[in-house]
Amino acid sequence: MPEKKQDAYQEFIKGLWRDNPVFVQVLGMCPMLAVTNSAMNALVMGGATFFVLVASSFFVSSLKNWIPKQVRISTYIIIIATFVTVTDFTLEALMPKVHKELGAFIPLIVANCMILGRQEAFAARNSVRFAVVDALGMASGFLFALFSLGAVRELLGEGALFGYKLFSENFEPWVIMILPPGGFITLGLLLLFFNWLKERKDRLAQQLDQMEIEAP
Amino acid sequence: MKVSEPGSSRLVATLGLAGLLSGLIIVSVFEATLPTITAYKAKVLQEAVFKVLPGSTQLQRLVYRDGRLTPVEEVGKGEEFVFGGQDAQGVLVGYAIPGSGPGFQDTIRLLYGYQPKQRKVVGMEILESRETPGLGDKIYKDAEFVSNFDALSVEPEIVTVKRGAKAAPNEVDAITGATISSKAVVRIINQANQQWLQRF
Repeated sequence: MPEKKQDAYQEFIKGLWRDNPVFVQVLGMCPMLAVTNSAMNALVMGGATFFVLVASSFFVSSLKNWIPKQVRISTYIIIIATFVTVTDFTLEALMPKVHKELGAFIPLIVANCMILGRQEAFAARNSVRFAVVDALGMASGFLFALFSLGAVRELLGEGALFGYKLFSENFEPWVIMILPPGGFITLGLLLLFFNWLKERKDRLAQQLDQMEIEAP
Repeated sequence: MKVSEPGSSRLVATLGLAGLLSGLIIVSVFEATLPTITAYKAKVLQEAVFKVLPGSTQLQRLVYRDGRLTPVEEVGKGEEFVFGGQDAQGVLVGYAIPGSGPGFQDTIRLLYGYQPKQRKVVGMEILESRETPGLGDKIYKDAEFVSNFDALSVEPEIVTVKRGAKAAPNEVDAITGATISSKAVVRIINQANQQWLQRF
């Protein structure tokens, strides 16, 4: 079988943009909708997931030859759960206020299907180097998506960003944006935007092909 | 080439080892972070006591034993207690009473200051709540609502009224759009009052 040449940059950009875990794969919806009512919450949640995903991918990829495939999923879950618990305690000690706001959603990172998905689909089949690059890309993509949603919702819902008021007193906050429906509406609009971008790109590529055929 | 199936002892060993290592890591991180977490919780509670009892700079825990309030170092498990707040000279300023009860989404835990001489609530601080962001969370974010509890008569009983309708010293202006959360706070204080006030 000819070895497909792997390019670290492509692997990274794949997670951040082309196969963005939220906007393209629509994974990890639970934290996505639940904790993005402010930019800060979204950023900390994204950061916690980032750490868990990168650390898990590193260990799963390093240990892949020692883990019998019959018990691989259980072993992945143990690895992921360890890092999630470590993150939970560390956050509670270092950022108690944000930890309190995120509540149950930090322990729930264990159940984020994006993380287990990357272990099974990528880290267990690739070299440590590419597993880490892939995890960095996917985690950045997730962080970017959470932050976009959190920033939009806080901006419209409270007229602020990271707690700083940006508009004058005359701005009436759209309370719905920080409630669950606002999360669904914003996510829907962002998905629409990303699909539109993709369609536009496909259309342009098609036009380019046709032009080449017509003018040989 | 045929790959031989690993025996079940190999599988058990793998999972056992993974579990053991994971447990070790978790316990060490837990031990390392515990002092910071406990210190922070104690600090938050202490600050809350001083905030709801203006003028107090020292506190002691008081439990109700054998018909009277007794200062204790450690509160026994399941035992109910209040904080006695004293000023720099050691004169009792008032009591900080913890209370909890159901809110709109989850249990609300709060602390309020009570001055037995004036028979008044003199401050209220929400310690824990999961009320709706933007509406119910105004029970601690809205300074106007919180200031309702700065000088609130407890007799005959605290009642919630529509925002702006507060006329009597025992009335609280509810938050528009968060009536249930506002009422929950008042109900929690009334319940704790029933239990504690006759003991002071």
